[in-house]
Amino acid sequence: MELLLKGGLVLDPSQDLEERRDLLIIDGRLAALVAPGTLPPEGRQVVDLTGLLVCPGLIDMHTHLREPGQEYKETIATGSQAAAAGGFTAVACMPNTLPVNDSATVTRYILEKAAQAQGVRVYPVAAISQGSEGAILAEYGDQKEAGAVALSDDGKPVANSQLMRRALEYARTFDLPVISHSEDLSLTSNGVMHEGLVSLQLGLKGIPAAAEEVAVFRDIELARLTGARLHIAHVSTAGSVQIIRRAKSQGIKVTAETAPHYFSLTHEAVRGFNTNAKMSPPLRTEADVAAIKAGLADGTLDCIATDHAPHSVLEKEVEFDRAANGVIGLETALGLSLALVQEGILTLAQLITKLSANPARILGVPGGTLQVGAPADITVIDLQRPWIVDVQQFKSKSRNSPFHGRNLTGRAAMTLVDGKILYRDNENFSR
Amino acid sequence: MQTTGAKATSFRRKDLLGLAELSREEIQAILDTAVSFKEISTRSIKKVPTLRGKTVITLFYEPSTRTRTSFEIAAKRLSADTVNLAIAASSAVKGETLIDTAKNLEAMRPDIIIIRHSFSGAPHLLAQRLHCSVVNAGDGLHEHPTQGLLDLLTVWEAKGRLHDLKVAIVGDIAHSRVARSNIHGFRTMGSQVIVAGPQTMLPPYLPDLGVEVSYSLPEAVRGADVIMMLRLQLERQGQMFFPTLREYSRFFGLNQGHLALARPEALVMHPGPLNRGVEIAPEVADGLQSVILQQVTNGVAVRMAVLYLLSGGEQSGAAA
Ligand SMILES: [Zn+2]
Repeated sequence: MELLLKGGLVLDPSQDLEERRDLLIIDGRLAALVAPGTLPPEGRQVVDLTGLLVCPGLIDMHTHLREPGQEYKETIATGSQAAAAGGFTAVACMPNTLPVNDSATVTRYILEKAAQAQGVRVYPVAAISQGSEGAILAEYGDQKEAGAVALSDDGKPVANSQLMRRALEYARTFDLPVISHSEDLSLTSNGVMHEGLVSLQLGLKGIPAAAEEVAVFRDIELARLTGARLHIAHVSTAGSVQIIRRAKSQGIKVTAETAPHYFSLTHEAVRGFNTNAKMSPPLRTEADVAAIKAGLADGTLDCIATDHAPHSVLEKEVEFDRAANGVIGLETALGLSLALVQEGILTLAQLITKLSANPARILGVPGGTLQVGAPADITVIDLQRPWIVDVQQFKSKSRNSPFHGRNLTGRAAMTLVDGKILYRDNENFSR
Repeated sequence: MQTTGAKATSFRRKDLLGLAELSREEIQAILDTAVSFKEISTRSIKKVPTLRGKTVITLFYEPSTRTRTSFEIAAKRLSADTVNLAIAASSAVKGETLIDTAKNLEAMRPDIIIIRHSFSGAPHLLAQRLHCSVVNAGDGLHEHPTQGLLDLLTVWEAKGRLHDLKVAIVGDIAHSRVARSNIHGFRTMGSQVIVAGPQTMLPPYLPDLGVEVSYSLPEAVRGADVIMMLRLQLERQGQMFFPTLREYSRFFGLNQGHLALARPEALVMHPGPLNRGVEIAPEVADGLQSVILQQVTNGVAVRMAVLYLLSGGEQSGAAA
């Protein structure tokens, strides 16, 4: 079966390419990337992508799929559909499931479920410590063999600095990156939102920016000490950006991501006790948003990841203090990120790199390129398409988005994994 | 006392959730109405038929005998039927959600639900979902609007105005909904507010609320017209907020000596219950400048006014 994608504008930063090209896919791999009209359509399935942008498939390196254990919030199958609808061809899923993914058995279970779902690629992230309890190292060697691509105790920050040091050393032994949810929980205390004017006014306990920055600094110094690969998850403060920038300039092996909500919203979104604006780390200030954008622009922040965290009404339609942390993001991330291009903060090529090649490189997984011979993981984007976020249309099982009703421009028109069309937007392909 | 001529009709809301969102006119309207209700409480038969046939539910997730009693007396003096529900915090964790509880109550067609909850924003959650009126009787660290209103009424009665006063609020501002409501109330009415306490109890960004911040009790009370002492929650000792009660009372407890620094007729206030000898010396609490018991009396009048106005202020004759 041969598939010809013709007429699209191909953007592949990995080969410095931004030109109209036709793509030929044979047996799930890119077989040719040629000038438009060069290849005859006969005997091939042809899709016309005129007016659309063709990119390497987007990779979300920070997703919570909730399976096993909390299938009422999301399953690997529904999360995979949400990812495809949002333009992602691969997701890395965090280990804070029930049970925690701290053993090869859980990793194999996730991969099996993902294979059954026949959706996007799923890369399990394994726990740093057994049960993510922050006490005893988990089995990284076994986990790597089973298919885990990174280590993280996301959601349960490693409090013990000695354990963090040993985790970085042991991870380096198996060449796995450590993804740190950097947070000093003793400073967070029982805070539920950013500590600032809004928390003061709402009478909600605050989480100072320092709770993140103290931990980012510690983790970076431990990366310096151990020489391990450290990746800082969901950077939310101006101070963290500064600390990471300095570390990179000193040659420390640190990379970092932020999430779309940290450059699209501030703590003002919490007003009215909006539990869909509650997440960890919390939404920060205008100045932090500006610093995050600057960090993306100068490369301090390598990736945009969703931190897609589905929760049902059971966890969200409650008192703010009781509400669970997290927002869904797979189906809004691309639209929100394209706003950075529209604002002139990133070029389109920079944005696509932060959403594909960079996460692929950090996780050591295929993707991020449209080189001939590579797997045909492709995201097609309609850059002009205006749309309004409607959570009722989401493929995700959950609805906890603070962006419901927001006007965005640009969204995924088609998502292909291994040359197979997983998603197509009927608006673009009604013919 | 000046009369402003503000009409009760300038307060038209479904709910009373906080003072932050109220205008000067709205606050004045509530106070004017409260003044007119005060007289009822001095009659031998302390009851008017104003809210006859209305049902008022108090829903308290936090124990507070005095606030609940004050609301209940207010409702009964207006002839409303009252039902009191106290829900232990422990059972609320395991039991039905706040929204379910409230929806069940609403199915019984109450006119007003008065809620006290240890979590900020709980009354707002109800107000968004229920058709009946919701009164915030204290939510977490956020607001305690009727306390703020009764404090305003007490000061207005004593000083004859609510503008151009210097109001010192002293103690654990960080954990005080009383402080927040009073800051909003006095600022909105045109007075100056200074807060004081150890920095551990003064959250950052207070200046952004338009208040002055001091770490010194003598400095805060100097030239003050009103000194409001907050109740110290004794369990904060040993939680990194202050080392010992002894040191706290030495530096942040109000004594007779401090009163000499304030204006001669300065009022001493306290929302109660008192920790005598901790945040306030007994002779100050019982002294001539103390209006602590007037605050309690005014609590009933203000709550009558709030219940009346939220009910639409229909039977206007009864209020006069
Ligand atoms: Zn996290």
